[in-house]
Formats: sequence, C-alpha cells, structure tokens
Amino acid sequence: MYSFDIERPTTLADALAALADDEAQALGGGQTLIPTLKQRLASPSKLVCLSGIEELKGISRDGDTLTIGGGTTHGTIARETAEGFPGLAGLASKIGDPAVRNRGTIGGSLANNDPSACYPAAAMACGATIVTNSREIAADDYFQGMFATALEEGEIITAVKFPVPESSAYIKFEQPASRFPLVGVFVAKYADRVGVGVTGASEEGVFRWTEAEAALGGNFAESALEGLSVSGDGMIGDLHGTGAYRAHLVGVMTRRAVAAAR
Amino acid sequence: MPKDHGIGASTKRREDVRFLTGAGNYTDDINVHGQAYVHFLRSDVAHGRITNIDTAAAAAMPGVVRIFTGADFEGVGGLPCGWQVTDKHGEVMKEPPHPVLAQGKVRHVGEPIAAVVADTLQQARDAADAIDLDIEELPAVVNMKAALEEGATKVHDDLSDNLCYDWGFVEENKGAVEEAIANAAHVTTLELVNNRLVANPMEPRVAVGDFNRATGDSTLYTTSQNPHVIRLLMGAFVLGIPEHKLRVVAPDVGGGFGTKIFHYAEEAFCTFAAKACNRAVKWTSTRSEAFMSDAHGRDHVTKIELALDADNNFTAVRTETYANMGAYLSTFAPSVPTWLHGTLMAGNYKTPNIYVNVKAVFTNTVPVDAYRGAGRPEATYQLERVIDKAARELGVDPVELRRQNFITEFPYATPVAVEYDTGDYHATMDKMLELIDRDGFAARRAESEKKGKLRGLGINCFIEACGIAPSNLVGQLGARAGLYESATVRVNATGGLVVMTGSHSHGQGHETAFPQVISEMIGIPEDQVEIVHGDTANTPMGMGTYGSRSIAVGGSAMVRAAEKIIAKTKKIAAHLLEAAEADIELKDGQFSVAGTDKSVAWGDVCLAAYVPHNYPLEDIEPGLEETAFYDPSNFTYPAGAYACEVEVDPETGVTTIEKFVSADDFGNVVNPMIVEGQVHGGIAQGIGQALLENCVYDENGQLLSASYMDYAMPRADDLPEMAAYTVDHSCQTPCTHNPLGVKGCGEAGAIGSPPTVINAILDALNSGGHKVDHIDMPASPSRVWAAINNAS
Amino acid sequence: MTKVTMTVNGKSVSGDVAGNTLLVEFLRSDLHLTGTHVGCDTSQCGACVVHVNGAAVKSCTMFAAEAEGAEVATIEGQANADGSLNTIQQAFQDYHGLQCGFCTPGMVMSAAALLKDNPKPSEQEVRAYLQGNICRCTGYHNIVRAIMAASGQEVPAVAAE
Repeated sequence: MYSFDIERPTTLADALAALADDEAQALGGGQTLIPTLKQRLASPSKLVCLSGIEELKGISRDGDTLTIGGGTTHGTIARETAEGFPGLAGLASKIGDPAVRNRGTIGGSLANNDPSACYPAAAMACGATIVTNSREIAADDYFQGMFATALEEGEIITAVKFPVPESSAYIKFEQPASRFPLVGVFVAKYADRVGVGVTGASEEGVFRWTEAEAALGGNFAESALEGLSVSGDGMIGDLHGTGAYRAHLVGVMTRRAVAAAR
Repeated sequence: MPKDHGIGASTKRREDVRFLTGAGNYTDDINVHGQAYVHFLRSDVAHGRITNIDTAAAAAMPGVVRIFTGADFEGVGGLPCGWQVTDKHGEVMKEPPHPVLAQGKVRHVGEPIAAVVADTLQQARDAADAIDLDIEELPAVVNMKAALEEGATKVHDDLSDNLCYDWGFVEENKGAVEEAIANAAHVTTLELVNNRLVANPMEPRVAVGDFNRATGDSTLYTTSQNPHVIRLLMGAFVLGIPEHKLRVVAPDVGGGFGTKIFHYAEEAFCTFAAKACNRAVKWTSTRSEAFMSDAHGRDHVTKIELALDADNNFTAVRTETYANMGAYLSTFAPSVPTWLHGTLMAGNYKTPNIYVNVKAVFTNTVPVDAYRGAGRPEATYQLERVIDKAARELGVDPVELRRQNFITEFPYATPVAVEYDTGDYHATMDKMLELIDRDGFAARRAESEKKGKLRGLGINCFIEACGIAPSNLVGQLGARAGLYESATVRVNATGGLVVMTGSHSHGQGHETAFPQVISEMIGIPEDQVEIVHGDTANTPMGMGTYGSRSIAVGGSAMVRAAEKIIAKTKKIAAHLLEAAEADIELKDGQFSVAGTDKSVAWGDVCLAAYVPHNYPLEDIEPGLEETAFYDPSNFTYPAGAYACEVEVDPETGVTTIEKFVSADDFGNVVNPMIVEGQVHGGIAQGIGQALLENCVYDENGQLLSASYMDYAMPRADDLPEMAAYTVDHSCQTPCTHNPLGVKGCGEAGAIGSPPTVINAILDALNSGGHKVDHIDMPASPSRVWAAINNAS
Repeated sequence: MTKVTMTVNGKSVSGDVAGNTLLVEFLRSDLHLTGTHVGCDTSQCGACVVHVNGAAVKSCTMFAAEAEGAEVATIEGQANADGSLNTIQQAFQDYHGLQCGFCTPGMVMSAAALLKDNPKPSEQEVRAYLQGNICRCTGYHNIVRAIMAASGQEVPAVAAE
C-alpha cells in the first residue's frame, strides 16, 4: 500500500467534510478497496472510514419500502431481512464469506459497482432508489457500466430504498475461484410488474433483461421464458467461461430464480 | 482392539498443541534484531531485454539500505539444477544459467530484476517504484509445440532452440513397441493435457538471511522441505560459502507439496544481502508473488496409444509427451517428466512393450518442477484415461479390462526399468468395489436421472514409486544428489531420547509418528522420545522430505540408528546382569536374561552408559549416541484403486462428487490417523486438479490465474460429504526391502484421484447419450457444458 | 501515525500505527501475536480470521485504526484458563483437523464464530461457513468432522479400523 492517513468520523457531516479533500476516498467495509490498495492500484492521500457512522447503519420498513443504511453490512442484511425480504436476505447471505459479510456494506458494494457484484442485480430488478447525502437516484440511472456510477466525487450512499416485492429470489452461478457470480439473476415479482436484474455477465455491467420481464409480467412461470435467450455478444468471456456460456446461464439462472421465487 | 501406542496406533499429534494455540514458529514469525526488508522488483513482461536500469534516484529515497541488480550478481553462481537428463541421442540436456537477479534479459513474468533493501517494507516498495527501468519487450513463447517450431523465438539466445531434451525410454524398446502396435487387434489413442497447477501451500515462502560479523557465519531461516539440500546448493554452487560457515533453518513450515523443495533466488539473495549490508534481511512473499515465483507443477501435453490383442490383453503402450520446463530449470525439474514419469508407465499392468518419449521445452513461463506426485500423476492420468477409453471403444467392463491385465506375480520387472517388490492389485480393486457399492450404482443413477442429472461412475488403479533410490543407481540416471536419509539417536542418561532426523515435517506429523516407531522398538513411552528436525546445525546431513519418502527412508534410517543403540545397550545390560549378550532380551523397556527372572530397566542401562562406574570400558565406549544413513535398495511401490460417482447437471455443466472411495496399499502403517489425513489431502488436491485448478497464461505470457480470484482452490463445499467418502488402507502388502515394511502415503491421493473423476464425468456424459470421449482438466462447468453441446 | 487503543484477548493494548497499518500487522508486529497468519492478499484464505466485537473478520482486510476501542480475540486467547485446549481446539486435535497448522488459527476462529451463532450446524452449514477459509493439507474432511464433534454431534471416529 501507499501511505495515507485514515480518519474515522462518527457523523455523516464530518465524513463529508473530510471527503471534500480531492485526494480523499471513502472506505466502507473495505473488502474490495483494501485488496485494491494492497496492489497499489489506488493512491488516496486519506481514507475516510465510514464504519463508525451510526446514522448510516440499520434497516427500517415503511409500508412496502425497505430502507437500508449504506453502512449496513451484508451479514446484518442477511439476518434482518430474512422475514421481510427473503430474496435480498438470500443474496446477502451468499456474498463472499462470513468474515467478509461482517465487514462489507451495501453502500460500498453499490458505490464500487463491480460487474460481478450481487446487489446491483437486486437494485435493478426491484427498481431501487440509491439515496446519497445530496439526492436520490433511480437504479436505472445509477449504474453506468463496469465500475461506473452516477456518484459524484465525495458523494456518499446513505441508504438504499427497495420496494419490497411480493416474491423474489436471487440465483448465483459462482465463478469457481472468486465465488463472485459468473452470472447472477435477481427476479422480483410485484403486483404490476416483474423485474429481472442480471449481474456478472455483461461487459456493460448489471442490466435488466427486459424481454424476460415482459414475458414474466404476463405469466410468472418458468414456461414464460421458453424461447427467450440473451445474445452472447457483449457478454464477458474469460478463463472461466465464454460469452456464449454466460448468455446461456442467464437463461438457466433466470428460470431457476423464477422457480425459487414462486 | 486398536493399539494405543507404538506402530499402528492412531496417536494424537503432539505438534497440534502449538499450532492450535497460535504458538507455532513459522519463518515469518522470526525477526532478527535490526533486520531490514527486501522488496523485489519483478518483471511484468514475459520476455524482454533490459535496456536501462537506473537505481540512483531510488537509492536516495528514505530508509533505503542498498539496491541490488543483476550486476551485483555477475560474480555469483546461478541457481543450480540438481538433475541432468541425457537424451535419446546420448546428449546431455541444455542447461541455461539461472541467475539470482535477471542478467540482461527477463524470461518470465515475475522474474526478479532488482532488489531493494530498506529499513521498512513500505520504504523498499516505494523505492522500487522509483527505479528507472526500461525493458524492450520481445515476443514470448508460451505454447510448447509452437516453441519447438522452426524459427520460434528463443527463450535463451545462447541455446540452439527451446528443446531442453528429447528423451526416449527405453530406447531399445522402441522397435518392439512399433511392431506390437502395428500388429495389434485394437489401438486406442488419446491426446490430453495435464493442466499446469500451482502448489499453493497456505504459508507463502519466507527467507530471513543473517550474518554474524564476529564469526563470519551466515544463517538462513527459510520455508524449506529440505534445509540441508538448500545449504549444499546455495553454499557450494551459488554463494561459495563453506557449509561449516552456513546454517540453514527451516522451522515450522506451513505446507510444501513439492514447491518448497527447491532452491530459490530469494533465499540466496537474503543470505547474500545480509553479508553485503551487514544486517539481517527479510523477505516475505505475498500470495501474488507466490503465483509468479513459486515453481509450478504438471503442464504436460501427451499423446498415448494403447495396443491390445484380440483377447484384450495390453500388448504395447507408446507415449509422446511435451513437458513444460518454464523459463529456467528449477532444482529437480528435469527428473519429473523422465525418471519420475516414464518409469511408471507400466502402471499396474503386465504390458510387455512400452516406449515413452518426452520433449522438455523452455517457455516464457515460471519454472515448472515437482508438485505432489511429480510425474506419477501424469503417468497415471494418461494410462488410466486411455484404458477407460479402450473399454468404451471395445464395449467391455473397465474393471474387467484392468483385472485381466493386472500384474499378479512379484517381484515384477517392468519394461520401463523398475522392479515392483510386492503388491496385490486385485485386493485393492475388490476393496474399492465393495466400498463404492457398484451393484447399487444403477439405482443411484436412476435417482439422479429423475432429478435431471447425469450420474457417472469412474474407477482408476494406480501405482506410485516412493522413496526414490538407491543413490548409486539414480546417480547413473543423472541425479546430482544422494537419496539416502539420516538419523542420529541420542539417548540421554535417564533414558529419554532425541532423534535428530534429516526428514523435515511440514504437516506430515513426524514429531508424533517417528516416536511411535522408537516406542515399539524399545518399549518406552512415546513421550520419552523427542524429534528434532529442520536445522542443519543440529541434525545430520539429510535429504529432506519429498516424494512420500519420510517414513520409508527417514524412518528406516532412524530404525537403523536405534538398532545400533539397542545392540550397544544389550552389551551393557549383559555386563550389568552378568549374562551372555546373546541371552539378553529387550521388551517393554526391560532387559532380561532369557530363561531367568533377572532384569534391568532401560533407564538404568542408559544411566550406566553415562555414569560408567560398573561398565566394560575396555570393550565399549561410554555414551549412547548413534547415527545411521539409510540408502534404500529400491523404490517402494504403493498402489491403490479409487472410485467416484459424480452428478453432472447437463443444463449448466456443473459436476458434483456424490461418492468417493479409495483403497490404498501402503504396506505397514505407523499411524492410521495420519495416513488417512494424508490421503484426504491428496484426494482434495487431485479433485482440485480434475475440477477446479488451472494455471493459465495468455499468448503474451501474462499469468491470468494470478491470485485466488482466478485460481480456484478447493473449498470445503467442493468436496464429498462425510457419509459419501471413505478412505481405506486395509490392504497391506509390506514393502520387502525396508525394515518397517512401509511404502509411503503422501502422494497417493493426488495421483489416484484425477483420472477417477474424469472417468466418472465421461461415464456420466455418455450415459446421457453425449458421445464425449475426452474432456481436459479442469472439467469446469463451462468445459463440460461445451462438451455436451458440441457432442449433441 | 495514529494512536489506537483496543482490548486484545481481554487485555487493553495501545500503539501508534500508520494509516495503512492492517489489524493483522498490528497484532503480529506490534503485539507479537504471531498466531494470526497471512496467507493471501485478496481476502480469501482466512488464515488471518480474528474476532472483532464478537464477529469473525479478516484481520488482513481491516485497518488497525478501524479497531479503535474494539474487543479483539485471537487464537492466542482461545485456550481454557488453565492453558488446556478449549472444546474446539481439542476437537481439532482429536479428529486430526490440522496438518501444517498454518490455516489452523483462522479455522479455529471461524469455527468458534459459527458455533456461537449456530450451536448445532449441519455438515452442509459447516462446509458453507468455511468458504472463506482455505486449507491445502487436510482436504477439510477432518476439519468438518472436528467442528461437528465440537458442537456435540456424533461423527465417525478417526481411522476407524
């Protein structure tokens, strides 16, 4: 790692003030950023650690909206949404490993927007709203390709609002080494629509499979997906699988997610 | 009743207590007062010419002690190779220099170019970033066959080409093999890849060099499986330090699996730099560095032909293998595809004609050397895969095809120069079939099919050769080392004793198992025996731990030394008991005179040796300390039969192991618990090779699987559950030529399991109507899915 | 440099650390608690698992400064007060759940965290929980067996003959 200072503010206001410095960078749970720093792939002069800010943590429900603080860990989400939003709990409970889940946060994951992160699939499928210190951003507008988001410098994700679906499920096909999704599909069924978010597969990052959403909107059953497929063009190809294989898995995982959500 | 002590008892491991409480002493736990830290600047290109290296600015940075480059090592020897192979024309292999720090050129990603020694690691790394380095990138050769083409880029400019050697074995068999193949009723041919692997012991390598200005002595603390070998190679061939001025210590070592046998640049560097800087120098590898600097394993491309007569008897085996050496010859690299591979091509079968051709190739990749099994997994994999393919082609039962060709009479001299002393291959096959419940397979397959899964049963038989020896023979084969092992047994005055062994324990449990042997021999409790290993200052010259040799060779040395002790104590006891030496018996720690009730305790005899008041000083010396060097007369030949059942999800290509059984013959077993643990570990690595692990370079020589993010290490949920997993070693044909009748168990699992898994997958796919006769390892979901879809 | 104070294995400790000092570096270098190991640099191997405020974390993926005021537990604090092995440690010895010992501290700490949350885990739950702990020696079989046994569940004996 390069040298840097570390600050541990306890309020959002202090964190924002610290991040006003150009070379400062926010540190969520650090489960992606710290390995990146070890490889000297980032060189902040200052890390602003968000884990001490209580106001960024916690889960609350208001009607059909579930609000999760940006500093809430995967482990907490897995435990506390198990009854109210089991699809999301299932997703959170399979991120990384138990120790990673005790540190990594939903805000950190969404801010990084790794093309193989899990939460973006849920956020897209559910039409979640990303809440920052200054505004609210619809998921469709938030994700802007691999590692790219609508966040401005120094902007912090304070919360994520999920409209809670009637039923949902996330099915992850794991890349055998990293256990990140080679393909992950989140299916969310609402009274008036179905959302299908796909992560891991596309070179453009997370996307909604709108054909599947339309088909499932009319008939929320695996059979509705018959004949539907995504193209292998634009899919990630690497030593773990070709684009064609990933495209195939999108179909399989979507079917399985529908089956699990029904 | 299972035994509760001595040979055959599952004694709990005494070393566990320190490991379980955080009190282990691994090399990275060692810090020498005032030590500096080194960071290596490594090549990020696979092949290039260093056109400029300017360290001046970097050297002026805070905390920098000194920066070393290849120029500092011009007068220093290169890293030596410990085995010289002679090719089929009688020419010795090409042996290019292997510098400690790159000299003019870099030849693989990760090759160290410069070394920055600084007060802190952070400072060393910062300064390394400031080194002004220009490399003119050259085309890289990665693919072995392309490397041998006319006009291919040469890894080493001074060599005529990239061919290290072209080895034929046994050259005299070649004509008969060709004739047998030409006259065969059926020939099955298979081309396959034995995938490149990274050993990945969980402890990365570490070296701490220290220099004592007052005495002129150098000390190296290092993560080694064989500290004496490192002392000899580094002292005599690299740095020119006489052995009496050089101490090498390998304390607790966190796994080796072969990759910690070899002498590496970093340990030579730290020893050299400690003297040059007059300050201890420490290097701790990161895992990322380990991927590009630890010797890799396997990486063979093979074509094998199996000829059968009309009655399905094997009549000939012919193989052509390309073996990747990487950019330089690692310490024992040339021996792996030759003497550790060609000699095993008979397997468990009485094939009369065998010819093995191996072309060893230089490429712009990390050096490749021994990894758990070393040559024997490669031999087993190709042979057992081609036998299964032949069975499918001929429509015969793969079990019966193997059985009818088994060697059944011992000793058996194979056409590939080795003589199996003993074995019973039908016994291990019978045991395996019982454990896998072959009769119930059809019902299990039907259950799987109901779930939409394809179920396959794969079997495999294997032979391995452990405890490579004898020294005079292997010397003729090109070994530049002896292959004995040593032990000193030092009995203390009150009867407790210490065994100083050249074997090194890095997970194998020597500290527990070796005392069991002594306890059995003398009849004293195991806890009165202490094992000392891993330090050249207090152990006799030994060759260390590799090739499943510790109990067979190191244990035998210990037995020989203990026998000398027992012989001497009997003389003393005879004196004390006023009886004839021939009448003295030692049992349960008591010396007695046959046919009388006269006896004297072990401890009293030991005391007499050190307080020799009533003692035959005119006939024997006082004291009780004996050393033995044991050089085996032959290899040992463990063998086994493995089976596994897999389920393949045809929709995704995912393979899961539903059942796995092993039936091994290790000869006599000292500690069954430890033996089973060794088999579990070997099988996990074998399943890892078959399903998960793959070290991949792109065409430019960039390492794609450079961390655990892309190199799939087996995890707990990748492996079969308890109820579906049995390892058995109840079939025992004791080795005929070592005193314990033991054969070695460390590598069996890694040798026996890969073909078992792949044979099972192919059985599953074919059961689903997918005519697939080959799939390369690792049989990843994407590969299995592609195989299904290409076949449909 | 920042001053940090935390409780490690029940004892209050403090030290001056740089911003980029990892918790594992503070434990190993400053406190000389070398039982916690580093086996990778991508947060995957789990040799460095310790407990921070009762939760298992990878001490190589957390800065020392982030542990300010925290209760940290490491392998060195796991044995019983009389120095004997605790239930989990003893089960690892009894069931041969370790070989080279390098991954062992992390395995024991992960096992302890698992059994705290889930006192009677199924075998599948144990295997799933160990996703972030890599062992190269044992093939996990005896580690799983040891953890199941430590939870009071019946498992096959070692080396049943």
